[in-house]
Amino acid sequence: MAVDEKESLAPAKPSLWRDPNARAIVFQVIVLAAVTLFIVFIIKNTLHNMESRGISTGFDFLGNESGFGILQSLIEYNESSTYGRTFFVGLLNTLLVSALGIFFATILGFAIGIARLSRNWLVAKLAMVYIEIFRNIPLLLQIFFWYFAVLRALPGPRQSLNVGDAVFLNNRGLYLPRPVFEDGFGLVLWVLGVAIIATMVMTRWAKRRREASGKVFHTFYASLALLIGLPLLAFLISGAPMSWDVAALKGFNFRGGLGVIPELAALLFALSIYTAAFIAEIVRAGIQGVTHGQTEAARALGLRPTPILHLIIIPQAMRIIIPPLTSQYLNLIKNSSLATAIGYPDLVAVFAGTTLNQTGQAVEVIAMTMAVYLSLSLLTSMFMNWFNARMALVER
Amino acid sequence: MKLLKSLTAITGLALLAAASNVAAGTLDDVKKKGFVQCGVTTGLAGFSFPDEKGNWTGIDVDTCRAVAAAIFGDAKKVKFSPLTAKERFTALQSGEIDMLSRNTTWTLTRDTSLGLNFAGVNYYDGQGFMVKKELGVKSAKELDGATVCIQAGTTTELNLADYFRSNKMKYTPITFDKSDETVKGFEANRCDMLTSDQSQLYALRIQLADPGSAIVLPEVISKEPLGPVVRQGDDEWFNVVRWALYAMLNAEEMGITSKNVDNMKKSEDPGIRRFMGLEGIKGSGLKLPDEWAYNIVKHVGNYGEVFDRNVGQGSPLKIGRGLNALWSDGGIQYAPPIR
Repeated sequence: MAVDEKESLAPAKPSLWRDPNARAIVFQVIVLAAVTLFIVFIIKNTLHNMESRGISTGFDFLGNESGFGILQSLIEYNESSTYGRTFFVGLLNTLLVSALGIFFATILGFAIGIARLSRNWLVAKLAMVYIEIFRNIPLLLQIFFWYFAVLRALPGPRQSLNVGDAVFLNNRGLYLPRPVFEDGFGLVLWVLGVAIIATMVMTRWAKRRREASGKVFHTFYASLALLIGLPLLAFLISGAPMSWDVAALKGFNFRGGLGVIPELAALLFALSIYTAAFIAEIVRAGIQGVTHGQTEAARALGLRPTPILHLIIIPQAMRIIIPPLTSQYLNLIKNSSLATAIGYPDLVAVFAGTTLNQTGQAVEVIAMTMAVYLSLSLLTSMFMNWFNARMALVER
Repeated sequence: MKLLKSLTAITGLALLAAASNVAAGTLDDVKKKGFVQCGVTTGLAGFSFPDEKGNWTGIDVDTCRAVAAAIFGDAKKVKFSPLTAKERFTALQSGEIDMLSRNTTWTLTRDTSLGLNFAGVNYYDGQGFMVKKELGVKSAKELDGATVCIQAGTTTELNLADYFRSNKMKYTPITFDKSDETVKGFEANRCDMLTSDQSQLYALRIQLADPGSAIVLPEVISKEPLGPVVRQGDDEWFNVVRWALYAMLNAEEMGITSKNVDNMKKSEDPGIRRFMGLEGIKGSGLKLPDEWAYNIVKHVGNYGEVFDRNVGQGSPLKIGRGLNALWSDGGIQYAPPIR
């Protein structure tokens, strides 16, 4: 049909043919139409053939009862929940491990990357050994290592390692006391909110003062006092409206409390440690990418090493670090799908695994799963691009 | 990796759907390419297991071999695709394999919504539990609160949930992709018990470093009829697979074994003569050589022999015939007559 349009246009204004812009648009429309038609054809044909072979299609299955249990769920879930809910359970588990993984990998990666440049020979070499070991061993093996090596070393639930009868560690997981909030705890949250705002205001003020007068105000201890002291005071005044739910051994396992399953721990260890090795190299490259003259100039101005790092090196290095850092974050999110190998119930294990198999609707399930990873990656990318734009050098 | 595998299979499915409307005709395809592509487990003693030389053995493997023997007169014309429980149906739907013989339970959902058909039952099984001896558990009813290692994508997962729900007990499932990973988890004490089909439990138990440390509980909580699966809408191929299985059962019933099959050929018994393809419909209905059933017994053996050497007394598993005995011996294995 795009061809018809082209022909009808051609005799009316012959000069259009000689106009490169118009020609380009026509060709693009043709290509787009062809690609769309091809995709529509593939989808229609697949649906038609699946139907003629008696394979169920459509998304109705999402409303059916799932009938299987899931190890870890951040939302209410049981065997009578729907397949649609298994999707969200898996998605949240993926998000949980990805977010925690990104957090720890960033901290560890920056620490190691800076250590790699340390003038202390031992520290620098240790950082190098760390990087070379962890980025050169396949991630799946590292996951297995943490899972099976660490699990086997821990005792069973009845011989748990026990800290003050409140924290228990065994091969079923780490059990911490879970805080139970009672009436009146809202006040503490309010005060915490106020403290956060106050800290932000103070930091801005300190920065403006420093830029205007050059006087330095150390915000660290003041912030600490605001953020911890104020809520604590409110907590005590309102009569400590909180209790602890401590895990206890009942039958085979611990019940109650806040449990961290070993699958999550192993996956988190492996993902953070593996990705941190790459981030460390990115950080090192970023810091070395800042010309040495900058450091020398800062020293000549009389700045001490810590402010040099904070005020001169890191802001400039961030411009170099952020783009490759983004792709490490994306890798980490996608690598979290290896969870299925050790039984951590992430999206691939739960939804593209059990749900797919129980319903047999491979095309729909895999399409949904792919859409999730694509959106997650695009969102992360968008956020990091925004962050990168903010961190970019503002020329004055 | 897994995602990639599923993706390839699905792309395959989409492309296949686009490329051909000639869905039927697996038998012709198989004859043309000269071998049967058969989906099996990634390694489960007694059912499908590669030995140290890479030869596959097991009761599911022999079902594939029987089909190959019926078509080609040569039980070796099979290629095996090891599949996890999660991958199996997609592999069959997409045409990657010709038949699936991977201790797969026959259920209503699978028979009706996957575009697949079960061709018969080569092993009647039921789900059971294996627990550590040190827990001192004698019955599955004492398992409230237990952590359970389980293989993903199986009916076992569903039965387990049903069983605990109906007995008002709680459990924590740990789901692994492969059955040997469930064993590793069980050995590492990650879970209190392992649940699977009873036959598998015996097979998995002998894979433990110390088989004596675990016991299989007496309860059987489900019906698990396991059998070969083919694509729906290809009746010709469906018949071949179904009757390859029936031929092994009929052979046992008539007392024909791989050792005496050549002698039996001289028998005057009309039933045996029909079996050997000397009388009656022969192979024409199945579009197979007249000696198809003879070839199965000659190259693979009858059902009793297959059972015995893979899972029965002639194997390390030493599972009794139980439900899998012929109907005439008190079991429920029963095949329609060849006539």
